[in-house]
Amino acid sequence: MRTLAGFVVLGLLSSLMMAAAEEQQICEIPGYLLSGHSELKRVAAAVKRGHSLTIAVVGTGSSALAGPHGPSSAYPARLEAVLKERLPTVTVRVIPVVRQRQTADEMAKGMPKVLADEKPDVVIWQTGTFDAIRRVEPDDFRAALDEGIDAVEQGGADVVLMNMQYSPRTEIMVALDPYADTMRVVAQQHEVPLFDRLSIMRHWSDTGAFDLYASSKDNVLAARVHDCIAHGIADVIMDAGRLNEQKAGQ
Amino acid sequence: MHAPVIATERDLRLDLFRGIALWLIFLDHIPSNLVAWITIRNYGFSDATEIFVFVSGYTAAFVYGREMRERGFLIAGAHIARRAWQIYVAHVFLFAIYLAEITYVVSSFENPLYVEEMNILDFLKQPDVTIIQALLLKFKPANMDVLPLYIILLLLFPPILWLLLRQSTLALGASVLLYVLTWHFNWNLPSYPTGTWFFNPFAWQLLFVFGAWCALGGAQRLADVLHSQVMLGVALAYLVFAFLISLTWYLPAASQFVPSWLEQVIYPIDKVNLDVLRFAHFLALAVVTVHFVPSTWPGLKSRWLWAPIVCGQHSLEIFCLGVFLSFAAHFAMTEISGAFWMQVLASGVGILIMIAAAGLLRWYKRAEGRAPGARPKKTPDADLAGGEA
Repeated sequence: MRTLAGFVVLGLLSSLMMAAAEEQQICEIPGYLLSGHSELKRVAAAVKRGHSLTIAVVGTGSSALAGPHGPSSAYPARLEAVLKERLPTVTVRVIPVVRQRQTADEMAKGMPKVLADEKPDVVIWQTGTFDAIRRVEPDDFRAALDEGIDAVEQGGADVVLMNMQYSPRTEIMVALDPYADTMRVVAQQHEVPLFDRLSIMRHWSDTGAFDLYASSKDNVLAARVHDCIAHGIADVIMDAGRLNEQKAGQ
Repeated sequence: MHAPVIATERDLRLDLFRGIALWLIFLDHIPSNLVAWITIRNYGFSDATEIFVFVSGYTAAFVYGREMRERGFLIAGAHIARRAWQIYVAHVFLFAIYLAEITYVVSSFENPLYVEEMNILDFLKQPDVTIIQALLLKFKPANMDVLPLYIILLLLFPPILWLLLRQSTLALGASVLLYVLTWHFNWNLPSYPTGTWFFNPFAWQLLFVFGAWCALGGAQRLADVLHSQVMLGVALAYLVFAFLISLTWYLPAASQFVPSWLEQVIYPIDKVNLDVLRFAHFLALAVVTVHFVPSTWPGLKSRWLWAPIVCGQHSLEIFCLGVFLSFAAHFAMTEISGAFWMQVLASGVGILIMIAAAGLLRWYKRAEGRAPGARPKKTPDADLAGGEA
């Protein structure tokens, strides 16, 4: 009995220590929110053959941060930094193509130009927020997603879809869920990875990692959230591009 | 032509399930509410809206059908129109409260993370247009779509009820035809600034008319089918299937077990146009419920079920109160705390307020001498006489 009690105490202590260590990585994402079985074949090929990886982030307001340090602390720039660190032998470039107030349809129409101008290996397509605010017809939203994904794939790049931010304060005014559902289904049907930013940020809010209800004038919270998003997308790209295996093989 | 059989006593199961549906709609309307995990929308295709619309159709036919036979088309039609007007006024009132809440919550908030989300107040830049569009029921904020649907359903109801009382099969057939044509031609009412109605009245009328048809003798005609073991088995199997599919919405890893041909067939599950899968899910729930909760079940008269039943008997008032309470809960969560204890507290207090308000309304009507289900003496005030549509 006494040994058992000892083990319990030891277990408690070690879990406390682990908790302290984990505070560094509060923005942990549970596996079930990331795992998918879609593959990023062009990413894999680009890294294997050319040792380069060009990523275009096509998005709206929530893919950027304002202020003098905004561009460098928004998730596209952070993603570049994280991937460079994880893939030291690969030339990584992340190009943000961010425009405010764009519906999925407008972005889909602009995809061919992005592909021609930037020649990315993968497009991270962040969308849905403005469509939900405008209450765009679900069928039209779906058709726009289909069109955009087809355009990117025909242009020779992979796609990662990214849905909306979790925004508890404005949640009652925008019905995000139908649009998030549509994005999930479209991603499944096209077999492209979905970065479920909505569920992931909701998870961070529920577990207390971030207080997303809070009001703040500075960029501190926003920059930390974007950094965590960048780590999450890097995980998706490494995983779906099977880059962990390649790195191990080097 | 034969006179349809109309049940003379009010089926308390209707009030019970409409009351429960009102609670679930309230819980679902509070954003970020972990308590809403208990609601049925998470475990299958349909949600509380289906129950609400079906029961509303059933009770509308029950109350106005009797009146139409006794006092004629014009009087019953006028009462239905007055009911639609009351709902319109309630909708506009809720819209005013909604505006007050969101303008406060958004304007008092600053966070560089959410610059894009602040665009939701865009519509206030043109109040001259938006408010008129709201009064025309074309501009409808999120979570304020059910009452406009209800208004249209009631406005269309007098001729449908007239036909139901004479040729009920024909009326149901016409409703199915309208549903099919709506799917085929993409009919819907326009919304502002873009798009169409979130609850397409031309599609959702099917559930309302089906409820009315059941009230006017259809349920008895279906009794044999409803109570057969085969039907029960099919319904249970379908509910299990829907549950398994709904699991993949929350556990992306599980979606690999769904073959892609099946995904092609079932998605998208269209809420706007009342997808057949949703309708079937509601029917399956109804079959199982009718099997396990017969109308003679003594529990219906027990004091434990008094609370949901009394809420279901005052559905319009309690529905509107629920919408208001969901705004208030959201307000408390943003201004005080969004923690789990607050979600539980707001959900629990909200339901208690709904019960208290329904109890008060019942007391008031009793004091006025109009008990639920009782025949009103002089003015047939169908909507207030507990036989609320």
